[in-house]
Amino acid sequence: MDNDRIDQIIDKHQAEPSSLIQVMLEIQSENNWLPKTTLDRVSERLDVPLARILHIATFYKAFSLVPKGRHGVHICVGTACHVRGASRILDTVEGEIGIKPGETDLDLKFSLEVVNCLGCCALGPVLEIDGKTHGKMTPGETVEVLKNYE
Amino acid sequence: MSRINSPAELEAFRKGILSKRDPNKPCITLCSGSACHATGSGEVALSLEAELEKQGLSDQIEIRKTGCHGYCERGPITIIRPEDISYFQVQPEDVPEIISETVKGKKVIDRLLYTDPETKENIVKESEIPFYKHQERLVFGSNGSIDPKSIDDYLAIGGYAALQKALYDMSPEGVLEEVKKSNLRGRGGGGFPTGRKWEGSRNDPEPIKYVIVNADEGDPGAYMDRSLLEGNPHSVLEGLTLGAYAIGSHEGYIYVRQEYPLAVENVLLAIKTAEEYGFLGKNILGSGFDFKVIVHQGAGAFVCGESTALMTALEGRVGEPRPKYIRSNIKGLWEKPSVLNNVETWANVPLIINKGADWFTQYGTEGSKGTKIFSLVGKIVNTGLVEVPMGMPLRDIIFKIGGGIPGGKAFKAVQTGGPSGGCIPEELLDLQVGFDELAQAGSMMGSGGMIVLDEDTCMVDVARYFIAFLTDESCGKCAPCREGLRQMLKILTRITEGKGKEDDIATLKDLAETAKEAALCALGKTAPNPFLSTLRFFEDEYEAHIKDKRCPALSCKALIAYHIDPAKCKACMICARKCPADAIDGGKNKIHMIDQDKCTKCGTCYEVCPPRFGAVRKISGEPVPDPIPEEERSIRKGKKK
Repeated sequence: MDNDRIDQIIDKHQAEPSSLIQVMLEIQSENNWLPKTTLDRVSERLDVPLARILHIATFYKAFSLVPKGRHGVHICVGTACHVRGASRILDTVEGEIGIKPGETDLDLKFSLEVVNCLGCCALGPVLEIDGKTHGKMTPGETVEVLKNYE
Repeated sequence: MSRINSPAELEAFRKGILSKRDPNKPCITLCSGSACHATGSGEVALSLEAELEKQGLSDQIEIRKTGCHGYCERGPITIIRPEDISYFQVQPEDVPEIISETVKGKKVIDRLLYTDPETKENIVKESEIPFYKHQERLVFGSNGSIDPKSIDDYLAIGGYAALQKALYDMSPEGVLEEVKKSNLRGRGGGGFPTGRKWEGSRNDPEPIKYVIVNADEGDPGAYMDRSLLEGNPHSVLEGLTLGAYAIGSHEGYIYVRQEYPLAVENVLLAIKTAEEYGFLGKNILGSGFDFKVIVHQGAGAFVCGESTALMTALEGRVGEPRPKYIRSNIKGLWEKPSVLNNVETWANVPLIINKGADWFTQYGTEGSKGTKIFSLVGKIVNTGLVEVPMGMPLRDIIFKIGGGIPGGKAFKAVQTGGPSGGCIPEELLDLQVGFDELAQAGSMMGSGGMIVLDEDTCMVDVARYFIAFLTDESCGKCAPCREGLRQMLKILTRITEGKGKEDDIATLKDLAETAKEAALCALGKTAPNPFLSTLRFFEDEYEAHIKDKRCPALSCKALIAYHIDPAKCKACMICARKCPADAIDGGKNKIHMIDQDKCTKCGTCYEVCPPRFGAVRKISGEPVPDPIPEEERSIRKGKKK
């Protein structure tokens, strides 16, 4: 992400230090992660110490300080999905792609996250890949679904 | 659109909208909430549009994409008006038939109707379906009939009439008095009387005040606030503006999770159109009252649903809670008086102002007035959002509305109040839902999550699950929460793994007591609830895990094994083929056996074994039977050789 684009985002929020989180969210959603050079620029423009930016980047779940994979795999582990067997789906995905929640594989193919409720409890347990919802999952079906992603 | 500058202009405008609407014009409404979207309502909408275009009917038939209807189990939901014919689980391939048969031919398509599971009769109207019949949808009801992206739709159902009434016929004190008289209590968790909260801010001499919508709905399994914000954003904005008028605030914030993209989109659009129409901004409806609303997206932290943490996050910092020596309605956001209520609470306010506190208080119990939206999920036939009057017995919600437990299983408990709540067992099912009633039973109302648990749910695991959730979400600022929960999680995990010790329960109780007494915010103070309430009602399950190394619900992975009963196995190969771990040995006519070393206990074999055989079983607390000798494993034509 180049400085011009970062400045555009910052200017949209009038370079207000209180808009720090909103600025970081916009960068995250556009760039998929927060590179150090970008955060340096944000720090300079908003006049907020880098340490505070990193505090925020590590506190909130939406931010990533490392590049993300091509496909975002979200497994709902909300209570409704949990009692319907979400942990079996998680175990299966971990076994298939070989990473734990919060991690990205070395080929940058998948990033795995667990989320607390996707709000479609009728479909639980739910697996979401790149925004597409796969409902009423079983371990067997999970393996099949993952095969569709390159 | 020019701004509306007086009550007369608003009434004229509203009449204009209504006169342009022909109540007899066919209209197809389609639920487009997030849950229905996940079941494919987006594709159905495209298909509807294409089909109407193809048949040249686009001008004669309206398509209205509404918010959530609540009956998520049967989505996508389509209602054909004016006849109010409701179709469930509609797929794109049903669309041509719906248009030619129902919309044009006025004939009902039986297969898309709801069939009553008891009487086996088809039900045409949504309101007559058992799921809806017992509800009282005061706040949530409009969701199904309006397009959330259309402010005209909201005006057509009487929207912003409460605001007009307040600004022109009532003083700010009058609005405050009405809300106080209604006994409205916060729908977000604490149940604090809304009017009293407002009064504190109103009476503070500080001239700058804020009103805030808490839409950081984080309880797993609860999504009513999202559905309201997605489906009827103007009702929340109207409530917020009324609150601002009552306390004398001119700036409001909506803190909404960025994980709710549709809610963010709809509320941003609602603010923009409300500003254009003159319901927000300077000189609202020509009354001289100014109020603006800013949307702040939350970056994902459960603790930010806590009022002081949310305000810290709004200031652009890490969302850690602050001590509450002085309440936030006196010193909140940027140290100014700030009234924070959740989405559902705000959405109740226009109703109270429109219809009066006396109307509102006819619903509910002594201590809890009005209705509450619950998110009824888990092991329940009818998953969805239900709005019922306070005081309805839990049994009615779960069995009459929810349709009971699927698969003929037995009800075990219902978990209410999210991670800070507790589990209510069968013997207390006649409990009336209300703030005080649930608290007495060791649980709480919370934001209205209601997770139904059946006989297959292990209560120790439920406690472990919630403590794990809270350990992960603890902000780490105070030790009783940060360290205490971590220790509790360690012990609970150990118990579910069959490594529990005799004194574990006593240690857990100690840790729970400390967190309850000494944690800084509500997250930590209530965190031990899931443990304490499961212990209170299900101590025998804890004992079984610790003493007998047995999970009575046959759920804890480390304590169970899967076994194929050789007397029942018909060597059908289904489980062997489906096993993701290749742990099942067997072939055609050869009784299958599970290799316990390879088995990952995923349970696939248990699920796929045809019920008429029922050969796979779970065992716990006893050794797995030895494999039968190789020569006895052959079967021919269903008989053992």
